[in-house]
Amino acid sequence: MFRALVNFYHRLGSPPHFYRISGKWIPWLIGIALVMIAIGWTWGLIFAPTDYEQGDAYRIIYIHVPAAWLSMFAYVCMAAAGAMGLIWRMKMAEVMAVTAAPIGAGFTFLALASGSIWGKPMWGTWWVWDARLTSELVLLFLYLGVIALDNAIEDRRIAGRAVGILALVGVVNIPIIHYSVQWWYTLHQGPTVTKFSSPSIYWSMLVPLLIMGIAFMIFFAGAWLMRARNELLRREASKRWARELPEAS
Amino acid sequence: MSLTEFLRMGGYGGYVWSAYGIATAVLVWQLTAPIAHRRRILKQIKRRKRRESRRQ
Amino acid sequence: MIEVIWATLRRDLLLAVRNRTEVANRLLFFVLVAAVFPLGLDVEKGLLQAIGPSVVWVSALLATVLSVDSLFRTDFEDGSLEQMALSPQPLTLVVLAKVLAHWLVTGLPLVVISPLLALLFNLPGTDMAVLAGTLLLGTPVLSLLGAVGVALTVGLRRGGVVLTLLVLPLYVPVLVFGANTVHLAAAGADTSAPFYILGAMLALAVTLAPAATAAALRISLNG
Repeated sequence: MFRALVNFYHRLGSPPHFYRISGKWIPWLIGIALVMIAIGWTWGLIFAPTDYEQGDAYRIIYIHVPAAWLSMFAYVCMAAAGAMGLIWRMKMAEVMAVTAAPIGAGFTFLALASGSIWGKPMWGTWWVWDARLTSELVLLFLYLGVIALDNAIEDRRIAGRAVGILALVGVVNIPIIHYSVQWWYTLHQGPTVTKFSSPSIYWSMLVPLLIMGIAFMIFFAGAWLMRARNELLRREASKRWARELPEAS
Repeated sequence: MSLTEFLRMGGYGGYVWSAYGIATAVLVWQLTAPIAHRRRILKQIKRRKRRESRRQ
Repeated sequence: MIEVIWATLRRDLLLAVRNRTEVANRLLFFVLVAAVFPLGLDVEKGLLQAIGPSVVWVSALLATVLSVDSLFRTDFEDGSLEQMALSPQPLTLVVLAKVLAHWLVTGLPLVVISPLLALLFNLPGTDMAVLAGTLLLGTPVLSLLGAVGVALTVGLRRGGVVLTLLVLPLYVPVLVFGANTVHLAAAGADTSAPFYILGAMLALAVTLAPAATAAALRISLNG
C-alpha cells in the first residue's frame, strides 16, 4: 500500500505518466466542481434566508468569499510547488508552480470584482480602501508579476525556477502585506467600525458557503491540471512520447 | 418566491446578477482558455512532425 | 568572510564614484519627483502637510526601483557576475556587499536630503526627523528587495518593466509603515511601535533577501 503510493508519486514526476493520469482526472474534477457550484449557488440564491441587515445583496458572499479563499490557497500551492521545484529540481513541480498563477489571478480578480459590486449598495462607492480589499489588490499584483516574469523568460526551465523564487518571496510577504494594510486601515479608519462584516451567519447561510469553498477548490485542481498538461506538452514537444500521442497525429 | 421577486433580489438584482454573471464568465474562461491553448500546441506539434517527415 | 564583503564593497563604491553623474541623477530624480507634486496641487498648507510624507516615500520607492538595475546589469553584461558566481566566495555575501554599496550611494543620500523635501511640504521639525528615520530604516529594505527583483530579471532584454511589476507589490508594507509612521507622528501619537516594525522588516530583509538574490542570480545565469 505504502509502496504503491510511493510508486504513484514517482510516476507523477514522469511527464508521460503525469499527462496520462491527469487526463483521466480532469473531466471528473471539473464535472464534480460544476455540479457542486450549481448546488451551492442554487442554495445560496434561493434557499438561504434573506439577511436582516443587507437584504438579498449579501448573496454575493457565495462568490466573494470562496474566491478570496481560493486566491490565497492558490498562492500557497504555487509557492509550495515552487519550493519543491527549487529544492528537489523536479520538472513537474516547476510546471505546477508556473501554471497555478493565471488561475489564482482569476480568483483574485473575481474576489475584487464581487467585493466591489457588493460594496456599491452597502457603502455607496465602487471601491473602498478597506483592509481586506486592499490586501487582495496587492495579491493580484503579485500574481500579475509572476505571470509577467513567466512570459518574459523564454527558457522554460529558467522560468520555472525563477517563478519558484518569486512565489516564495511573495508568500513570505503576504502575511506582512496583510498585517501592514490592516494596520494602515485601522489607523485611518477613525471611529467608524469597519463595515465589511459578513452578515450574522446562520447554519442555512453557512452550508452553501462551505460547499462553494470546496467546489472552487476542486475546480482549481481541475483547471490546474489542464494548464499543467499544456505546459508539459509545450516543454516536451520535441520528445518522442509527445509526438507519438494519438492527439498529435 | 415568484420569478420576478427572485430576479429583483430585494432591489439589489442588478448587483447580484452582475456579480454572478462575472463569476460565471471567469469560470468559463478558466475552462476554455486552456482548451484553446492545448489545441494550438497540438497543432504546432503536428506541423513540426509534417515538416520533419518532408525533409527526410 | 569579512574580506569578501570589504573587497566587494570597495569595488562597487569605487565604481559608483567613477559614475558620479549617474548617482547624482538618481538623487535628482528623487528630488524632482517629490518637488513636482505641489505644482499639480492646490497649495494650501494643510493638504501639503497631509500628503508630504507619502509623496516623499513614493518618490523614494520610484527612485530605488529605477536605480536598482545597476546592481547587477553591468556586471552581468561584462561577465564579471558569472565570475562572482563561480568563485569559491559565497555569493550571498557578495550580494550583501553590493546591496550595501548601492544603499550607501543611493539610499543614504535620500535620507540625508529628505529634510529639504520635508521643508517643501511644510512639515514641522519633529515630523522631518521621523520621516528621515523611517527612510533610514526603509531604504535598505527597498534596496534588498529590489536586488531580488533585479536578480530575477537580469537576463531579460526589457527587464526594467517586469522588474517594476515584480518589486512594487513587495514594497507595499515598507511604504505603508514608512509613510504612515510620519502621519502618526504628525497626529502626536507614539511612533515607537511602527519603528520597531520597520526595524524588524529590515532584519528580516537582511537575513533572507541576499540568499534569495543569490539563488535567483544562479538561476538567471545558468538555469
